Amino acid sequence: MAHQKFAYAPAPESRAVVELAPSYGLFIDGEFAEAADGRVFKSVSPSSEEVLAEVARAGEADVDRAVRAARKAFTKWSALPGAERGKYLFRIARVLQERARELAVLESLDNGKPIRETRDVDLPLVAAHFFYYAGWADKLEYAGCGPNPRPLGVAGQVIPWNFPLLMLAWKVAPALAAGNTVVLKPAETTPLSALFFADVCRQAGLPRGVVNILTGYGDAGAALVAHEGVDKVAFTGSTEVGKAIARTVAGSRKKVTLELGGKAANIVFDDAPVDQAVEGIVNGIFFNQGHVCCAGSRLLVQESVQEEVLDALKRRMATLRVGDPLDKNTDIGAINSAEQLARITALAEAGEAEGAERWAPPCELPRSGYWFAPTLFTGVTQAHRIAREEIFGPVLSVLTFRTPAEAVEKANNTPYGLSAGIWTEKGSRILAVASRLRAGVVWANTFNKFDPTSPFGGYKESGYGREGGRHGLAAYLAEPGEAAGGRGEGEGELDR
Amino acid sequence: MSSEVLPPPPAVPVPDVTSSAQALRSYLHGLPGVDAVGLEARAAALGTRSVKTTAKAYAIDLAIAMIDLTTLEGADTAGKVRALCAKGVRPDPTDRTAPRVAAICVYGDMVATAKEALAAAGGPEVHVAAVATAFPSGRAARAVKLADTAEAVAAGADEIDMVIDRGAFLSGRYLDVFEEIQAVKAACGRPDGSRAHLKVIFENGELSTYDNIRRCSWLAMLAGADFIKTSTGKVGVNATPANTLVMLEAVRDFRRATGVQVGVKPAGGIRTAKDAVKYLVMVNETLGDDWLSPQWFRFGASSLLNDLLMQRQKLSTGRYSGPDYVTVD
Repeated sequence: MAHQKFAYAPAPESRAVVELAPSYGLFIDGEFAEAADGRVFKSVSPSSEEVLAEVARAGEADVDRAVRAARKAFTKWSALPGAERGKYLFRIARVLQERARELAVLESLDNGKPIRETRDVDLPLVAAHFFYYAGWADKLEYAGCGPNPRPLGVAGQVIPWNFPLLMLAWKVAPALAAGNTVVLKPAETTPLSALFFADVCRQAGLPRGVVNILTGYGDAGAALVAHEGVDKVAFTGSTEVGKAIARTVAGSRKKVTLELGGKAANIVFDDAPVDQAVEGIVNGIFFNQGHVCCAGSRLLVQESVQEEVLDALKRRMATLRVGDPLDKNTDIGAINSAEQLARITALAEAGEAEGAERWAPPCELPRSGYWFAPTLFTGVTQAHRIAREEIFGPVLSVLTFRTPAEAVEKANNTPYGLSAGIWTEKGSRILAVASRLRAGVVWANTFNKFDPTSPFGGYKESGYGREGGRHGLAAYLAEPGEAAGGRGEGEGELDR
Repeated sequence: MSSEVLPPPPAVPVPDVTSSAQALRSYLHGLPGVDAVGLEARAAALGTRSVKTTAKAYAIDLAIAMIDLTTLEGADTAGKVRALCAKGVRPDPTDRTAPRVAAICVYGDMVATAKEALAAAGGPEVHVAAVATAFPSGRAARAVKLADTAEAVAAGADEIDMVIDRGAFLSGRYLDVFEEIQAVKAACGRPDGSRAHLKVIFENGELSTYDNIRRCSWLAMLAGADFIKTSTGKVGVNATPANTLVMLEAVRDFRRATGVQVGVKPAGGIRTAKDAVKYLVMVNETLGDDWLSPQWFRFGASSLLNDLLMQRQKLSTGRYSGPDYVTVD
């Protein structure tokens, strides 16, 4: 018996809990409808390249229709007492909990991320965000946003493919709680969970037009951002697109929040709890295949413990299980798209070409679908592309430092500033280093921890504005003295 | 599996950190710390692995073969011990393919009875483990503890489960603990030159912090423990996934540093097959195949066996039976 091996048997989650229709329309004014020009696109499963469904592709006319619907709904929705809006949000949260298993499987199918993450992380957080903001809906006066806080109007929201449903929750929940209506465009590679969310809204009895979902490509997102009837733009995605959005809305009355790229430093000091630091490094970069804007993609390890930490990290990486996202024992799923895989591959090749040493544990990747083995680069310096550019994949760059001052200097030496991690057993060092890091979130002896009560956002090219917590509400409320959008002249202009 | 099998010789000499109380203290306090939140999160994450079908069948049989079937009651009688031995040799009378347990764990005065009973039941290869050194408190003079040990070994014990002096450990007298473990190990010797396997019990619930458990693991391994064991089963907090994980990480690092492989035995409170499988997953993903055998990993348990047997019956028949389909001994 001792010579046999303890090999886990496949434990796939059943797909039967998700009923996928062959095609889906746009969700406008409480109804599913085809795109005005009848265009469609396909959503494929990144782990198998199987076509999951055909989805309507929104164009300018659809954007206009959705914004008008949201505008119309805004009058009634914003006039509801906060407690009434809260009831709808609580109802949505409960429906999300009831349908958590179905949505977790769907998200895993459409995105390629492992079921253990959608089941244990994404869905619980999605529901938590709706519960949290539901609680704020009748307490806006106490959110610290001035007396008599007013909503902005119609929020145009564009979200990425890495956490489709979670990013939706981050955007939709505070917007609705504050009394705004929304038009949301999910990413073209992961449109399905947003469409299921539309169904959740119907199930919760949400009034027509309060939430509108437009599936489509970047052109639809651009049209939404530029639309006259949109009062607030919220975007999560690449810095490149974020800059384009900032240019579009510059000089307009629109409010903007941008959550963009990151190249976070995860700093391991010589007195760190090694085994837990290794877990944090793994969680920091390999969680969600590294498709995380706040991923700890730059490991800064103190030279005196470099060997020990790297040995432990490699040993740990060798136990990561890559494969079928629906298998409950899978740690790392598929890369979201062929384009993203090509980008990761190209950057990893650049790392090798520039002289960094590449290492990956022996692991067999499935033949179909888009896959990239968890990868480590050692001997990386600040001058390497893989230390500067966001890879958005399971690729970790390891740099070293000698003193805390050097660690801080290197950590801050990036165009980004979304997050950072500190690993040390010394409390005073945590406080001293954290206060000098220019990053929106600094985790100490942990990484990638999220909570609806905690604001999230970046410095520098990682964007501006905060989501989550009271700060997340402020982004959807007019400042004191400012005319709230969507009332009076705003509506008139649009209807002309 | 036999007590003659000794760990491979050290690849690297064990560091000489025991020359003085100060040197040992500095060494143990220089070990990397343990972050409680991260450790518990990791232990919980390993507990969510899904073990099904063939993997489950394998895990259940492996867990049975790793059990130190235990009775440590003041009310123990020869009859009770004989019944336990029969059960250890033939866990499921309806299914002879069920593996035997690794050992029967009893108080020292029951060793001879257990040895005889195992031989009579046709399972002489099942070990007898005896708790010694004033178990469970460890509060006795060293001479008493050594006599306790020597007596159990003389009665035929294959393995000795000793408790450390937690008072000495908590007051920082690490060298005293170290020397006592060495002395007990010497007392495990038999006239023929072989010796009983030594398991060192920490009583994690009383050591209280994970840093202490990690330090204690290294201390015991430096002193020559063959196994390190979480607890006596007699206090509020016994084996937990997290405190066992600290010990698994310590034996892994110790082998890397010295070449010496040490076993781990969680004990107390592991009652269900589901729990046992979670521990095996932890062993699998922290230590790998090298430790997945009764030679290197044990469960100290009494009621666990019946739950494993019921799960085993479920796998073979497709139906859940019930407590009356396994024996009560």
